[in-house]
Order: sequence, then structure tokens, then C-alpha cells
Amino acid sequence: MAMSGMRGLSVFISDIRNCQNKEQERLRVDKELGNIRTRFKNEKALTPYEKKKYVWKMLYIYMLGYDVDFGHMEAVSLISAPKYPEKQVGYIVTSSLLHENHDFLRLAINTVRNDIIGRNETFQCLALTMVGNIGGREFAESLAPDVQKLLISSSCRPLVRKKAALCLLRLYRKNPDVVNVDGWADRMAQLLDERDLGVLTSSMSLLVALVSNHHEAYWSCLPKCVKILERLARNQDIPPEYTYYGIPSPWLQVKTMRALQYFPTIEDPNTRRSLFEVLQRILMGTDVVKNVNKNNASHAVLFESLALVMHLDAEKEMMSQCAALLGKFIAVREPNIRYLGLENMTRMLMVTDVQDIIKRHQAQIITSLKDPDISIRRRALDLLYGMCDISNAKDIVEELLQYLSTAEFAMREELSLKAAILAEKFAPDLSWYVDVILQLIDKAGDFVSDDIWFRVVQFVTNNEDLQPYAAAKAREYLDKPAIHETMVKVSAYILGEFGHLLARRPGCSPKEIFNIIHEKLPTVSTSTISILLSTYAKILMHTQPPDLELQNQIWAIFKKYESSIEVEIQQRAVEYFTLCRKGADLMDILAEMPKFPERQSALIRKAEDTEVDTAEQSAIKLRAQQQSLASNALAVTDQSYGNVTPPVSQLSPVKLPSASSKADGSLADQRLYQENGTLNKEDSVPHSEDLLSDIFGPLSIDGPPSSSVHPQPSTTSGLEDTVVDATAIVPAGEQANAVQPIGNVAERFHALCVKDSGVLYEDPYIQIGIKAEWRAHHGHLVLFLGNKNTSPLVSVQAIILPPTHLKMELSLVPETIPPRAQVQCPLEVINLCPSRDVAVVDFSYKFGNNMVNVKLRLPAVLNKFLQPISVSAEEFFPQWRSLTGPPLKLQEVVRGVRPLPVLEMANLFNSFHLTVSPGLDPNPNNLVASTTFFSESTRAMLCLMRVETDPADRTQLRMTVASGDPTLTLELKEFIKEQLIVIPTATHAPSQAPPGPPPLAQPASNPAALTDPGAMLAALL
Amino acid sequence: MIRFILLQNRQGKTRLAKYYVPLEDSEKHKVEYEVHRLVVNRDPKHTNFVEFRTHKVIYRRYAGLFFSLCVDITDNELAYLESIHLFVEILDHFFSNVCELDLVFNFHKVYLILDEFILAGELQETSKRAIIERMGELEKLE
Repeated sequence: MAMSGMRGLSVFISDIRNCQNKEQERLRVDKELGNIRTRFKNEKALTPYEKKKYVWKMLYIYMLGYDVDFGHMEAVSLISAPKYPEKQVGYIVTSSLLHENHDFLRLAINTVRNDIIGRNETFQCLALTMVGNIGGREFAESLAPDVQKLLISSSCRPLVRKKAALCLLRLYRKNPDVVNVDGWADRMAQLLDERDLGVLTSSMSLLVALVSNHHEAYWSCLPKCVKILERLARNQDIPPEYTYYGIPSPWLQVKTMRALQYFPTIEDPNTRRSLFEVLQRILMGTDVVKNVNKNNASHAVLFESLALVMHLDAEKEMMSQCAALLGKFIAVREPNIRYLGLENMTRMLMVTDVQDIIKRHQAQIITSLKDPDISIRRRALDLLYGMCDISNAKDIVEELLQYLSTAEFAMREELSLKAAILAEKFAPDLSWYVDVILQLIDKAGDFVSDDIWFRVVQFVTNNEDLQPYAAAKAREYLDKPAIHETMVKVSAYILGEFGHLLARRPGCSPKEIFNIIHEKLPTVSTSTISILLSTYAKILMHTQPPDLELQNQIWAIFKKYESSIEVEIQQRAVEYFTLCRKGADLMDILAEMPKFPERQSALIRKAEDTEVDTAEQSAIKLRAQQQSLASNALAVTDQSYGNVTPPVSQLSPVKLPSASSKADGSLADQRLYQENGTLNKEDSVPHSEDLLSDIFGPLSIDGPPSSSVHPQPSTTSGLEDTVVDATAIVPAGEQANAVQPIGNVAERFHALCVKDSGVLYEDPYIQIGIKAEWRAHHGHLVLFLGNKNTSPLVSVQAIILPPTHLKMELSLVPETIPPRAQVQCPLEVINLCPSRDVAVVDFSYKFGNNMVNVKLRLPAVLNKFLQPISVSAEEFFPQWRSLTGPPLKLQEVVRGVRPLPVLEMANLFNSFHLTVSPGLDPNPNNLVASTTFFSESTRAMLCLMRVETDPADRTQLRMTVASGDPTLTLELKEFIKEQLIVIPTATHAPSQAPPGPPPLAQPASNPAALTDPGAMLAALL
Repeated sequence: MIRFILLQNRQGKTRLAKYYVPLEDSEKHKVEYEVHRLVVNRDPKHTNFVEFRTHKVIYRRYAGLFFSLCVDITDNELAYLESIHLFVEILDHFFSNVCELDLVFNFHKVYLILDEFILAGELQETSKRAIIERMGELEKLE
């Protein structure tokens, strides 16, 4: 065909083609853009023809990849030209240059609407085409009804209606609300009777989108879809121009079968039978032919019918027929068919139980893992991943490891992630798992994400039997000449924790381990240096009897890094250096890391979360989700039977505390007791948590009794940051719910004990916030229940379990929380008498099949009824003296205190509204504080206290508390004790002004105190 | 759903680009560059499918021209592969023995044909005859 029309445009294109190089081309383009720009400036002088020509040139330049940052307005304005040629250019160029979020597009919305509702068919087509290609939400809202009318209009030609169908599809994708479900379903069913195949093809695409969201509304379309399939595939009743290489419109067949996959089942037996006849015909009657196009077209239909059969969960016979076909496909030479065979086998695994049939093809699939085409290798990898179970895990994972060395970079990360997950899911024994991960790191360190090595550390930490083995392996790898930095990290970590278990083996003395790790230090990055420093500190701690030479060496390293410009390294160096000289404290802080709580593997989550972006939700995914929901529900009931040992295939990273203490006997726990000696003395002292558990039994979910066994690592050492951070320290063994909280519930509670607003609880579905105001013995709290989902939370219930000393009234909690809504529930509190018991809210809701039930401690704790008060020496001492001895004044020596500098302890007191009066006690190691307590029975009552710390041993102190009420004195004393023994990390946050430097402001009236610090108070006591 | 359609020659010059999803210009350039690199060196004996980001590119080579469709990973690959061929047949019919030069000098016609063939990222009309007739109608209007 001859070049049509515009000469100027052809000349310009020729010029561009004749350019010798990119530079010349750019010059020519710039010249043209300059020309167009000048011509556009004087728009009135332009004829419509010229305008059209320039706009086309602009599009051509844009297509070449040059920025065209002007002329959009001219293109858009052509849309409102009265004549077809200009209007056409305006629409097409606008569709190419702009996208739905451009502001200019808004200018055109009225013209576009007029064209759509106008009488000119050609204009209607142009407008529908542009809106269908680039229309956004705004177009959806203002144009959808008009477009709908055109689609069902009897006076419009099919030409307009097929465009209207797809235009409406676009608008529906932009905003599903614009298609009214109720009235529209019948219309849609009528549309499926359409004889024009163009309209029918377009309408079928629209239907797929509609049923993917709302299949219930479109039941009446189901038999019609089956009719269409019969008409095409069986009767071949179709105009000849719609057959493609002898196949009746393969595209319409495919789309129709796609629509059918969104209906969960086909109930009507006749419809079902008809459909199966058609499917059977397709499955049996598709032959391989020579003509590529015919072959592709018929196989397009065949693969879609396979998907539909899988979806319908057809009789076993048909399913095995599918499996047999796929088995044939994965062995053919034609790459496209082989690819699709592998892909569809993977899909088949998602919906039915055909593992055994597919396993027969394992060797063939592994061959495809070595195919020259990366697309095929990817499918093979996915399939191997999907078909792996405990019986073939070893073979498959070993294949993957072998392939890893030769795989191209594009695949290594996915490959190593998948190998790691399989190793974890199906490990026949844990040492094999450790082997696999270390091999992974060794072979493809660059592609092994942090998650993978964090996970192996979790396993090793939680499984004592594994520790010596892992340490030995880590030690072996360190001997290799050039190891990956991730290997340095993981070996250093493991050897720091468990290296001492190897002590008697050759080459494993603390010194040797230190030396070989330290050799790597010059080559590693800062994040690894931090880990190495922690390892050194741990090695030093484990070296018994101490090795002076090693100690000096390590101290020198700490000293050196004390001036590191990296904050993390500097902090660790400073802290470890100081800690090293603390003897017993070092042992405490550097004790073995506590077990990690069991949680879903971050890896698996990552693999599951890979976002897939599709216009319609995948039918097969929808189905698989329904199935897994059902099986999840089963799993939950299984667990509630208690200590049923988990199935071997579901390797659990933690021997659950309940399981380990019962199964392995309590030996392990006892060992821990001894290791962490000092802290456990506390157990002899009545402990609030024990009291609570007496009252609430298994209710208290966030303060497990076991917390005194494992000292919660606080922030001091920084060592745990590397691994623990991502994982929050949630006590294990509290896994009643399938839904896991986000963040640490206990930590949130502790934070709220010193703050008045914040988040109390959060999980994937709900967030509970709290805001409180306290006045004397009254509290006004508001609970904010926020639904995080796009569907409602139902059966919402909150029951307050108040202790006897609190009167609490919760206003009505609605049963349903609408999607993305937040409801507020006020809660009134009155404090009747002093007590440290804690109120609990028993909160439950239902999401989908998940019933979630949590018991949350409410931060209506004793210190909320304290009001800070500062007293002068003149006020303090007479009061202190007047309260003589028990029960109004109680004294106790507390041991096992978390070592804290006095200043920090003062901050802690202040954060609880116990006002520290600096200087009242001249001994800088002591603290004196006062506060006012409010309750209905005591009214406002002054409380005084004094803490004497021992600078030589910060783990013990003497505490005296006094008030005018014996219960108050006792409760307050115990309360303070709890704070000193278990210090929640969050208490570092509150920033009350630290007490100023004491000695200068010393009251002159007490000169004796200056010379003899203890004298005055000793006299008073 | 088709996310975009690209027609590129072996050197990577874009002869047609149609986007059905909103992308910024810079992103479009990147996509064009990446897709070209992805398909140009593939062996003719390889599959016509290649994964691209979270989607899939279905491509086919005709002489020096690559026709690439970016579709959802759940879409029917062979159906889209054959729609490329159908499009080429339509072009071939319209330009009677189409070659790259026809497409270069008549790129605006190619856009028109494409708009009759695909709309909103979905097939609109699969009859060659219907599209050729429609093009005849439109030519008369100019």
C-alpha cells in the first residue's frame, strides 16, 4: 500500500532514517521539536491539517524514545475538533502520550462524554476506544452508565457495542462499584445470546472480570457459557471468518472456559454433563499437527480445558487423563508445549492430590532443570518445589544444590530460597538441614538472603542436640581459604554461642577458634564486625579458666574499636570492654541466647507473599485458598489436642517449651536455671506473675510464668539486635491462636504502663489502641478497635475481668467492626484500694474461619494512681520519722536486681511517678523518692521510699517503703521490686528530667551529712 | 490482560508501543529497553514465553521485527501467541505483504488497526475480514 497522506510526515521520517548516527538523529529531532513548538505558539495560524501533521510528528518522536514535554494540550484539543480526521488524531495521540493520571485528560472528559452519547457512530467509537485504553476512575464514575447503555442498545451496530463492552471492562477494573450488580446480571446473561462473535468475544472478557469478583450474582450466565462452548467446540456453528486455522475462535473458547473457572461448581446435572462432553472431546481430540499456528491454537484450547477440568475436580478418570497428558507434554521436544506441561503440572499440584502420579516424572522434570531455555528451567524449578515432600526432599534439594553452581545469576536467589525452604520443611533430620544451608551459603553466598541464615541460627539455638554439630560444621567451613561473608557471619555467631561445646576437639580451643575467626575480620563489612565483636565477648566469657593472653588480645580489639566511626561497632566495643571487667555480670548478659519463639518461617512467608499482579484474581489461587482455609481449620483443632508430637514432615524450629519440658524431661531447664543462677533466686520471693497466674491461671497470655527461667535479654548487649530484632521476643508456648500478634504483647503492655496512649495489641486483622486519662483515683480509658481489613470482623467481644480493687465499666462493644473502620469503647475505672493486681480484657473476634481470642492485661496499674510530688528535706524527714516500723514502714533486701546505674534507676522511678528528690540522701548510691497515692479507701496518701544500692554489687539493694496505710506500703514495695527485677525494655523511653547533680545544692542545715553520708539516715532508721 | 504491546526491530528501535496500564515516560523507556534485551538474544528454538518482572512476555519474531505482548502470568500463553500471529496476518493483508518500512511510514495506520483489534488490553475482534472492512470505512472518512 502506498504511503498515505501527509507528505511532511513522510519526509520527516525519511530524514530520521537517513541519519548516520544517534547524534544526527537527535539534532534532527531537536530541530523538528523547535519547529513544532514555534508553530504551536501561533495556533490560530495553523490549519487543522497542519495541526494534525505536527501532532503525528510528535507521536513519532515520542515513540523513538525522546521526551516530548509540550504539545499535550494541542493533542487533547484536537479531540474537540468537529471533523473526523482531526478528532481521530486527537484521540489516538492523546491515548499514546497521556495516561489515566494526567491532568490534561480531565479537560477532555466533557467532550468525550458528548461523543459517547452523541449520534455520530464514528465519534462514539473513537471516544469508547480512548476511554477503554486510558480511562481512569474519574471516567469510570462519570461515564459508566452511558457506556452500559450503548452495550445493550438495540440500535447500535455491533461495532460500537463490542467497544462499549471492553470500555466498560476498563471502567469496572478502575472502580468495580460502577457496575451495579443487581440489574446487570440479567443483562449480562442476555448478552451471551449475542450472535455477533466480536460482541460476544468482548462481552466474555467483561464477564470474566465480573465473575472473578462476584460469581454468585452471575449464576444465570453459567449454562449460557456452556452453550457457547457447545456451539463452538462441538457444533462448529460459527461464521467462517471466525475460525482460525480450522479452529472455531480459539480465543472465545479460552475466554469462556476461563469464565467457567470462577464458578465453584456446576450443580445442574444436565449442564454439567454437556460441559464434560465438550471437555472430553477437547482432551481426546486434540492432535499434534504440522502447522504451527493450528497446533498452538488447538493447544491453547486444550490447556484451558485442562485447567477447567482441574477446577471442576472431575471424576478421577478425567483427572488421571489430564495427568497423563501433562506427563506426555513435559517430554515433548516442542519447547512451548513442554513449558506449558510443566506449568500446568505445578498448577495441578495446587488443587488436587496427584503427587504420586507426578512423582513418576521426577527424572524428566530434573532434565528440564538443565534445559538451555531459562523459561523452562524456571517452570521446572517451580514444579520441583511444588512436588517436593519428605520422600523425595533429599534428592530434589541435592539436585538444586548441584544446579546452583552452574545456574545463571538471574535464578540463583530464587533457587537458594527454594532450596532453603524445602530443606526446612522436609528435613529428615536437622543435621541435614544445617548441611544444606551451609552448602547454600558456601556455593551462592551472594544470593542467600539474611532470612536464610537467621533461620538456621534459630534452629540451632532452639535444638540443643544440634548445637555441637552445627558448631563443628561452622568450624570446618572456616578452614576453607576464601569463604563468603555470610559464612563468616553464621559461623561466628554459632561458634560464639556454641563453640565451647567443641572445647576438647583438636583445633577448637577458644584461642584457636578466636584466631581463625579473627583472620577474617580485615575482609568483612561493618555489620559483620559487629557480630564478630559479640563472638569475641562470648568466647572470652566461655574461656574457663581465663586465658590472660587471649583476654588481652580481645580487650585490645575492643579498645581499638571504641573509636570506630560506626556507632554500632563503637557501642558494642565500649560495652563489651566494660562488661568484660564485671565478672559475674558478664556471665549473665552474655549467657546463651534464649530459645526463639516458634513462628512461621520468614522464608516461607516471603515465598508465599510474592505478589502477583493480575487483572483478575487467579482462579486456581482462589480455589487453592479455599482448600487451604479448610485444612488450616483442621490443623488448629489438631493442635488443641495438646502435646501431640508434630508430624515429622512439619519440622518445627522450636521444640515447644511444653513439649521439651515434658518429653525431654526438665533437665534442660534445670541447666538453664543454674546457668542463670542469680536471677532465679527471685523465684523464692512471691512474684506478681505467680500471683496473677494463681488468679487467672492460663488466662494471662503475655506474662508467662516461664519468663523467669529465661531472662529476657534487654537492650544492653546489642548482640541480639542482629538476629532477634526481626523476630521480637514473644514468649513461646502461647500459641493457642492461629493468628499471631504483631509485635510483642508484653512489651506493649509494659510500654503502656508508663505511657498514656499507644497500641495495646495488634495482629494481622485488628489493632487495639488505648488512650487514658487519670485523675486522682479515677481513670478514663478509651479502647480503639481498628479493623485492618477489607472485610468485617464479626463476633467481636470484650469482657473485662477486673481485680477486686478496681471498679470497671466498659461501654458497649459492637459485635461487628466494618471494614477499615475504627470503633471507640470508653472504659471507666475507679481505684478502690491499693493493689498490684492487673485487670485483664478477654477479647475475641472472628475473621473468616479464624476465631481469635486473646487475654490482654490492661495498663490500669498501680502507678497510674500515683501523682508525682516533690518534697523538701523539711517535709520529708518528719514524715519519715513518724512512720515507725512495720506494718507502715517495710524494709527488704532485694537480690537479683537487674544491674542499673543509679541515674537510670532514678529515671525509672520518675517514669512511674515516684519523684526522686536528688540530694536528700547525701550518699550518691542511694535514692530517696516520694509520691501521692489515690484510692477510694485511702484517699490521697503520701508515700516515701528509700533505696540503698551497693556499688560493689549492683544486683542487690536495700529498699524501705513507708506510708500511712499498711496495705499500700506492702503493695507499693512489691510493685517497686517488680520493676527492679524485671525491667521491661520500654522503660528506657520515658524521659523525665534526670535529677541534677546533687552535691552542690546540699542543704546547709545538714553539714554532718557531707562528712558522714550514712549517718543521718542511719540515725533515722 | 495485555499490559502493553511492543513492536521492536532487532536494534531495539520501537515501531509501535501501546500501553494499557498507566506508566510514566521514564518507565516506558525502561520497559522497552528491558523487553528488547530479554527477547533479542533468545534462541529461536526456545519457548516464546519469558518471565518479565511479575508478568510474562509472549513474543514472536517476524524477520527483523519482534512483537511482544506483556500479559498476566495466569493468562493463556498460546492464545496470546496466536493473537500476535493474527495481528500480523491483518497487517499483512492491509499492507499487502507487510514489511518493516510499511510500519515505519504508516505507524499511524498501525495504531488504528491495533485499536480495532485490541481494546482495554483484551481482544476485541478476531475476524480479519471485519477489521479490514472497518479500516476501509475509516479510510473513506479521511
